[in-house]
Amino acid sequence: MLRLEPRQEPSRRMQAVTPFVAVALTMAAGGMLFAFLGKDPLEAIRIFFWNPLFDSTVAGYTRPQLLVKAAPLIIIALGLSFGFRAGVWNIGAEGQFIVGAITGAAAGLAVYPAEGIWVFPMMILAGMLGGLLWAMIPAVLKVRFNANEILVSLMLVYVAFNVLAGMVTGRLKSPEGFGWPESRNFQDYPSAHNAEVIAGSGIHFGVIVMFALVVASYVVLRNHIFGFQVRLAGQSRQAARFAGVNPDMLVALCLGLSGALAGLAGVFEVAGPAGKLSTNFPLGYGFTAIIVAFLGRLHPVGIFLAGLLMALTYIGGELAQFQLGIPAAAVQVFQGMLLFFLLAVDFLVNYRIRLGPGVGSDRTPDARARESGT
Amino acid sequence: MIDLAALSPAALLASLMVAATPILLAATGELVAEKAGVLNLGVEGMMIVGAVCGFVGAVESGSPFFGLVCAVAGSAMLALVFAALTQVFLSNQVASGLALTLFGLGLAAMAGQNYAGIKPPQSPRLDVPGLSDLPFVGPVLFAHDFVLYFSLFAVLAVSYCLRKTRSGLVLRAVGENHDAAHALGYKVRRVRIAAILFGGAMAGLGGAYLSLIRVPQWTEGMTAGAGWIALAIVVFATWRPWRVVLGAYLFGGVTMLQLNLQALGVGIGVAYLSMAPYLVTILVLVIMSADSRRVSLNAPACLGRIFHAST
Amino acid sequence: MNTLLDVRGMTKSYPGVLACDDIGFDIGEGEIHALLGENGAGKSTLVKMIYGLVRPDAGSMRLGGRSFAPPEPRAALAAGVAMVFQHFSLFEALSVAENIALGMEERTKERELAARIRKISSDYGLTVDPGRVVGDLSAGERQRVEIVRCLLQSPRILIMDEPTSVLTPQEVSALFETLRQLAREGTSILYISHKLEEIRALCDRATILRRGRVVATCTPSGETARSLAAMMVGSGVPVPERGESARGETLLRVAGLCLPSLTQFGTSLENVSFSLSEGEVLGVAGVAGNGQDELLLSLSGEVRVGTGVISLAGKDIGRTGPTARRLLGLLAAPEQRLGHAAAPDMSLVENALLTGYARQRLGRRGFLDWTKAAQFAAGVIERFDVRTPGVGNAAKSLSGGNLQKFVIGREILQKPLVLVANQPTWGVDAAAAAAIRIALVELARKGAGVLVISQDLDELMEISNRLSVISAGRLSEPRPVADLTIEDVGLLMGGSGEKRAAA
Repeated sequence: MLRLEPRQEPSRRMQAVTPFVAVALTMAAGGMLFAFLGKDPLEAIRIFFWNPLFDSTVAGYTRPQLLVKAAPLIIIALGLSFGFRAGVWNIGAEGQFIVGAITGAAAGLAVYPAEGIWVFPMMILAGMLGGLLWAMIPAVLKVRFNANEILVSLMLVYVAFNVLAGMVTGRLKSPEGFGWPESRNFQDYPSAHNAEVIAGSGIHFGVIVMFALVVASYVVLRNHIFGFQVRLAGQSRQAARFAGVNPDMLVALCLGLSGALAGLAGVFEVAGPAGKLSTNFPLGYGFTAIIVAFLGRLHPVGIFLAGLLMALTYIGGELAQFQLGIPAAAVQVFQGMLLFFLLAVDFLVNYRIRLGPGVGSDRTPDARARESGT
Repeated sequence: MIDLAALSPAALLASLMVAATPILLAATGELVAEKAGVLNLGVEGMMIVGAVCGFVGAVESGSPFFGLVCAVAGSAMLALVFAALTQVFLSNQVASGLALTLFGLGLAAMAGQNYAGIKPPQSPRLDVPGLSDLPFVGPVLFAHDFVLYFSLFAVLAVSYCLRKTRSGLVLRAVGENHDAAHALGYKVRRVRIAAILFGGAMAGLGGAYLSLIRVPQWTEGMTAGAGWIALAIVVFATWRPWRVVLGAYLFGGVTMLQLNLQALGVGIGVAYLSMAPYLVTILVLVIMSADSRRVSLNAPACLGRIFHAST
Repeated sequence: MNTLLDVRGMTKSYPGVLACDDIGFDIGEGEIHALLGENGAGKSTLVKMIYGLVRPDAGSMRLGGRSFAPPEPRAALAAGVAMVFQHFSLFEALSVAENIALGMEERTKERELAARIRKISSDYGLTVDPGRVVGDLSAGERQRVEIVRCLLQSPRILIMDEPTSVLTPQEVSALFETLRQLAREGTSILYISHKLEEIRALCDRATILRRGRVVATCTPSGETARSLAAMMVGSGVPVPERGESARGETLLRVAGLCLPSLTQFGTSLENVSFSLSEGEVLGVAGVAGNGQDELLLSLSGEVRVGTGVISLAGKDIGRTGPTARRLLGLLAAPEQRLGHAAAPDMSLVENALLTGYARQRLGRRGFLDWTKAAQFAAGVIERFDVRTPGVGNAAKSLSGGNLQKFVIGREILQKPLVLVANQPTWGVDAAAAAAIRIALVELARKGAGVLVISQDLDELMEISNRLSVISAGRLSEPRPVADLTIEDVGLLMGGSGEKRAAA
């Protein structure tokens, strides 16, 4: 009989290997799904994962898109990863992303058509502030009233959707938009436009910021007391409190940080790839970033790789939709499956599979029970 | 001018019960799962899968009842995935629940893409002869569909089982202290898997109620956070079945009120009125959570904790 | 006497350790049989195998002449084996009657069950109120609930795992009366303990375990505590030499500390006052759950109290947090090693940072100095003889004794002005416990003030200069140990100190 046996220490090797196992399993299951839809599974997988990178007819367009799509995912996921490590569950990044885009865009449109080098930085600050404040709502309610941050931050996503709808039909509606519910296009407003730094590369300001954030997160997580406190709080609240971590402050910092970064991603998106606010603006980046964070093991480098992979599924999904008629929602199914498989193989990190009845750690189970205080 | 007469109290009450039923069903299921110590954040995903399964089943077979059966089966299947992840592979319940929701939303969108805009077969109403014609009381209490009655019956049954039966006692014991329950020889895993499946089935039924009876049609993302609201209502109810009814109906009331205000064209934008249910949910969550002692009084002590029996 | 349970060749190994190695013994009908051994000797694993919680790798058992191999606790219960756990297997939020109903195989009507509970209660002097919520009960009451639950099954063997560790001396003698009565009526009792005097007073025979093996079987009444200890430990353990109780400057002063209970079933502190001087070990005795955790939390700074309540070397610190208090010299070692004093999955270096960061300057401007932290961790390991492959190993990979040495050592090496230790030797093997006690006394001799909270009275009598008792959140006036007997302390633990204060 197969049994799970707890490891003495989490396996680092498994931590690195399991995401790849999960990707492989997802591809297999995805192939079955495509076969079920009546498509050639191998062809579909090739279009999904290979063509966007290497197929000469489309790669010219899709390769730069990879960074464009990955940048917001990675920026948001980096922010979330700190909270997730500390056990602060900000599930409402989508809302903070939207609100950041709204406040950032509003700041830019407020000064339209003024030109100047200060316009875009001001929008960035406004966007970060918007995301930050939106995230401070669940933080304050959690700290002050003990309200569950998962539910509050999530409810605020729906509120943000409605704020967006209200804005694009109201205050921020473009006067020259022939009545469409959308804002002015930032592509027509050079000072506010998050343009490509190198034409045709897909690299806009957000991509550069993303790279910087990956490095900064890595340093903070490894070498800064904040990173240490976050990791400590994730393992044991009580130990963190004992070490002098103020739990309320930690909740506020984690939610604030992830909110600000989600807002940041929102500004880059609205001023760059999306170009304008409209009800179609939210693409679910805030939710997909949750998957990116987990798939990347809440580690900056892992998140970077996971963000690229997830961007690939978006682009591959578009190609597959275009070339094979695979429904757009298949991407979401794919991403969901990826997270399932990751969670399913995750136990290999903390447990060993053993044959036969002999199980336990190298100390007696009663010693363990005593240690864990049960 | 607002025509307040259009807001007939009887019609409003009857419609708020209908609006509340999907959430009532899902919250009742989640309550049972949480009482067993399982926090399943996948309610939203299970609900929407239930909505699409129910819809497809009903349209293809022509029978709304068969649709409901499909919904229950479909969501329970999805719940089984959650059960496997959390009870067999010992995954984090928060992450697994989120995965369930994200996956469920995608799956439902994919399965339902050819069903948008179709009308499902009509579900029979269960007017109680004679009583349904009574003024006020008739439309409010005796002129509903059978699922609505079932939802209230389910609350009654869950309440009775939890308090009065041995299986209810065992379920609570497992949620309270899984190690002790294990030491007494109870099958912690089995109890929890059963509770998760029940939660899934109820969420599925709630979803199907939405797509087959309340709306009735299929649109992508039609649950619009109902599953999350159900989760909030369990907290609001401090894990007591009858309070779930109160919470769900309160939510239903706010929903109907804002819909009616929209129809009447009050001076507030539609978008801002549509926020009301979510804001109210946050508000009640805050009010209920503020007194942490009251919450912890009924909260299952092992909620969300992973159980691994060392043998 | 007929043999009831016959255990032969029981073996159980866990990766890296042989918990039980070919253990054999037998229990007669109506016999009170002791399993004696220090922590980690394999007692608990052995009884878990008898109770069906753990499956043996090898070995066989016979119960009443029939082969007995319970695959799960239910089977053991059905065969007549009942167990009262060391850490009670009760459900805090449920009522006494519900808890008892959960332990019953057959379904019983509420009213009938209540009647049976009352009957057992009065027959054996085990007062319990079926309607009360278990979370509100004291440790002694909870144990009675567990015993009643077992007795309702009419067991042939009752296993008691370290039953007295949570009881006051008076409760212990009441428990012994109940057990003797049960034995007279023919119920066998398997009594697990490492307390020698208890075993000498209660048990007919004793099987002594050491490192997973049976090392001796004896009649305890024919042995001395010393000879039993020698069999249990194998060799003598060093005893700390207590410092002079010469009292210097007052270091820590607590005046009128009140703290509402932090959790639903917690204890609130009421008007706790004491002072701690240079070079002094102050012991705080008491049964678990009487406010010890709350006291530690308010001293470590994890819970803030008002101004004017706690002062360290004359400086008011009631509102400062843990880090500030560490910088001032007040260090603490909580009871729970994994998950409070140390983070289970973090390395020893990271765990050294946990409390050492500020006081040992293991970083600059928020950036960590890993080299320095590793040196500090290595210093603790070396100085306190922590057995581990290296500083990179996770805290949870250490045995209880080694981790506790690390935790205490981590604080002592930071040269505290005052050290507060809660249950420093709980669940620790004898050698490590002795080392920890010596280190604490040594720290005080060098001039620090040491506050030791413990349930082990013998330990406190051995190392403290003064002793006070915590009971229901109140602390008795500290008294010099030289003037105290165990009986005095026992009375205080039962709460009689309160009455005296009121009178």
